Amino acid sequence: MNLTLDLERARAQIEAYAREYGLDFFPTVFELIDNKELNEIAAYGGFPTRYPHWRFGMEYDRLQKGYSYGLSKIYELVINNNPCYAYLMKSNSLVDQKLVIAHVYGHCDFFKNNVYFEHTDRKMMDRMANHGTIIRQEVERVGLSLVEEFLDRCLALDNLIDLHAPAMIRSQPSKPEDDSARRSIPRLPAKAYMDRFINPSEYLKAEERKQVDAVHRAQRFPPTPQRDVLKFLLDHAPLKRWQQQILSLVREEAYYFAPQAQTKIMNEGWASYWHSTMMTQRVLKDSEVIDFADHHAGTLASMPGRLNPYKLGIELMRDIELRWNQGRYGKDWENCDNYEQRKRWDLKLGQGRKKIFEVRQVYCDVTFIDTFLHQEFCDAQKFYVYRTNPRTGRPEIASRDHQLVKEQILWGISNMGQPLIEVTDGNSNNRGELYLSHRFEGLELDLAQAAETLRSLEVLWGRPIHLESKVDDKGMLISCVKGEISSNEIKPSGTTQRT
Amino acid sequence: MIQKIERDRTRFREIVRGKIKQDLKRFITQGEMFGRQGKKIVSIPLPGIELPRFRFGSNQKSGVGQGDGEGEGSGEGQAGDQPGNHLLEVELSLDEMAEILGEELKLPRIEPRGRDEILASKGLYTGISRTGPESLRHFRRTIRAALRRQLITGTYEPDDPVIIPIRADRYYRSWRKKDSPQNSAVIIYMMDVSGSMGKEQKEIVRIEAFWLNTWLRSQYRKITLRYIVHDAVAREVDEHTFFHLRESGGTKISSAYELCAQMIEERFPPSLWNVYPFHFSDGDNWSGRDTDRCLQLLSDRILPSCNVFCYGQVKSAYGSGQFKKDLDQRFPVDPRVITSEIADRDAILDSIRVFLGTGR
Repeated sequence: MNLTLDLERARAQIEAYAREYGLDFFPTVFELIDNKELNEIAAYGGFPTRYPHWRFGMEYDRLQKGYSYGLSKIYELVINNNPCYAYLMKSNSLVDQKLVIAHVYGHCDFFKNNVYFEHTDRKMMDRMANHGTIIRQEVERVGLSLVEEFLDRCLALDNLIDLHAPAMIRSQPSKPEDDSARRSIPRLPAKAYMDRFINPSEYLKAEERKQVDAVHRAQRFPPTPQRDVLKFLLDHAPLKRWQQQILSLVREEAYYFAPQAQTKIMNEGWASYWHSTMMTQRVLKDSEVIDFADHHAGTLASMPGRLNPYKLGIELMRDIELRWNQGRYGKDWENCDNYEQRKRWDLKLGQGRKKIFEVRQVYCDVTFIDTFLHQEFCDAQKFYVYRTNPRTGRPEIASRDHQLVKEQILWGISNMGQPLIEVTDGNSNNRGELYLSHRFEGLELDLAQAAETLRSLEVLWGRPIHLESKVDDKGMLISCVKGEISSNEIKPSGTTQRT
Repeated sequence: MIQKIERDRTRFREIVRGKIKQDLKRFITQGEMFGRQGKKIVSIPLPGIELPRFRFGSNQKSGVGQGDGEGEGSGEGQAGDQPGNHLLEVELSLDEMAEILGEELKLPRIEPRGRDEILASKGLYTGISRTGPESLRHFRRTIRAALRRQLITGTYEPDDPVIIPIRADRYYRSWRKKDSPQNSAVIIYMMDVSGSMGKEQKEIVRIEAFWLNTWLRSQYRKITLRYIVHDAVAREVDEHTFFHLRESGGTKISSAYELCAQMIEERFPPSLWNVYPFHFSDGDNWSGRDTDRCLQLLSDRILPSCNVFCYGQVKSAYGSGQFKKDLDQRFPVDPRVITSEIADRDAILDSIRVFLGTGR
């Protein structure tokens, strides 16, 4: 830590307050750095030791230009690691720094306690450094252009992971069985004359069918559709060792970053809730109130047609706290339709704080929005759904109904707003071709990009790739054979027709 | 800390440069992307550096917003949630763009005409001195000197830290005169705004003028722009008017040349200025007599005082294109007269190459 005396005093004070409020976090290391360094670290996703790649340069360029033209500015950067690393920008005023420090402790608490972060590597700082070393070594060994090209291909696929995999076991490794065991159908022991009652023929047939199915399933590859396409490639694609290493580190990083996208709204809401609470109740001096309010309002500002995760998060947290303080939940509350009664409803339960601590532990954005967004909240926050009017070509407010608002938000954040694509067959046409399925849920794929991605996949897989999706409500099979893209309509009967 | 990121940034820029080189033509002809925001930035939408991946298409026409949903929301609102056209906005400064343009068109650096004797002197605050005017007193150093003196003499009391500078403590900022050779240029744009020059023709002129400005700006420290429009009479206008005015009526090119010559003589003596007159027209002139007068004006008054005279003939449905022929006939070998024909937007690049390729 290299904080100035003032800052260190503020930090120690805020840390003490945070602990008093019950926040629970890893030790947190603050670094005071200038804007160039901050932008650099931000471009590397928070890890100064990360591997070299042009896209970090691109990000840096964007941040640096945004900063120098006064368009955007990063206030804070905090890394999920044990210890947590947080970066403060040198040129910020003391009030801003205090706000940021308080905000950071909110994030750190969230990282440590939210269940979606449980599987993340808390020594990621070291691991990223290792990744950096691996890439640099491979660059020296096989050359920059090869490594970069392969890395680009892998990065194009890094959204094909299974978000829930860390929390569950998808499939048991199947045990090889010998044929004889499979052939015989289990029978209950019975005397010969009782056998057709105890083991009726229907039962035997059903058993047999089960076994046949099991055999078929075992022959399928993979046995069940696999969402973790990257893992499937790692296990089965004909990759060289260095390629495997790179693909594997890209996958690891994707899993590390995933929870941050899954909990963006909650995480920012939680941190904002705490900076606001700590600053206004304990930290602020009279002279600092205006600056704080100004900055805080800027953070929570909402723009037309856009959803500010900070705003949505903090408001929803506060709403939950209020509801559980006043007992505005449960059957009695739901069934009460007396306006006056509802308005004055207060059971004085005081459970609010406890509830939001629980929420920060077990929810992610999807479940958070799904569970806690309700009509009165939508009304108070003036949420709306807009649609483009096809006649005028302008967006218009379509509805303020909370179900629709909820649906629309969830659309955007389910599976991190990414299409769900899984491997259904690794040996398609019995020619080792890879068959992928897009689980269609109403939004079409960007076909141009999908075609490019298929090309990348083909290079990795070494054999043709097929992707089943839907276009204009019709099933579509997009195939990539030796870089050539063709698409065929899938007829419901299963036959395909060339278009 | 040496910035590791600079290497990545350089790599990125190299990739971008490669892309821009291929697509430069398209950029110029589309004329869609140079919004000059504020002082010196332009945004160039540049396809293809965002890695392609499986993602949702842009058929999503709805989203969630917050607020009353009125007013300015309508236009801008959508921008936020949409995945966009998969374009990456790469911001380049005008200097970088000029550099790319120069590389791409293999434009020679312009040799300013021998004006090294034109010096401009400029004061630069570079040093510190013990004497100077009070208005330039360096407060921090003065206080520091006073503090040091008080500490040494033992008159500083930590409990009552009062520092009083005396005359001997005072420091002042000092400046040094720096002479720099100055070369400045004036670009005089003339455009025919008679009835036959349509919107498309003006757009072509506008795009071409943008790139000419960009290049010349990178070559001279100071660029002055002047705009003249003419139909049967000529007048000087501002930039906005120049590009948006639509007049009708006849065409007397000599009126513009007259005004241009007058402007050069009165305000931009060639001993002080590099003069670049550019004239854009569709090639129709009122009469042969007027054309003769134009040629006369050119050879007598304009050519002697300018670096190069460029005539761009924008093709239009009505223009005859006679004027270019007349010019070429009259000045077949004069390196100071450059003519080019711009058939459509795609020809802009070639035209720029013709105009600036001589390095004059």
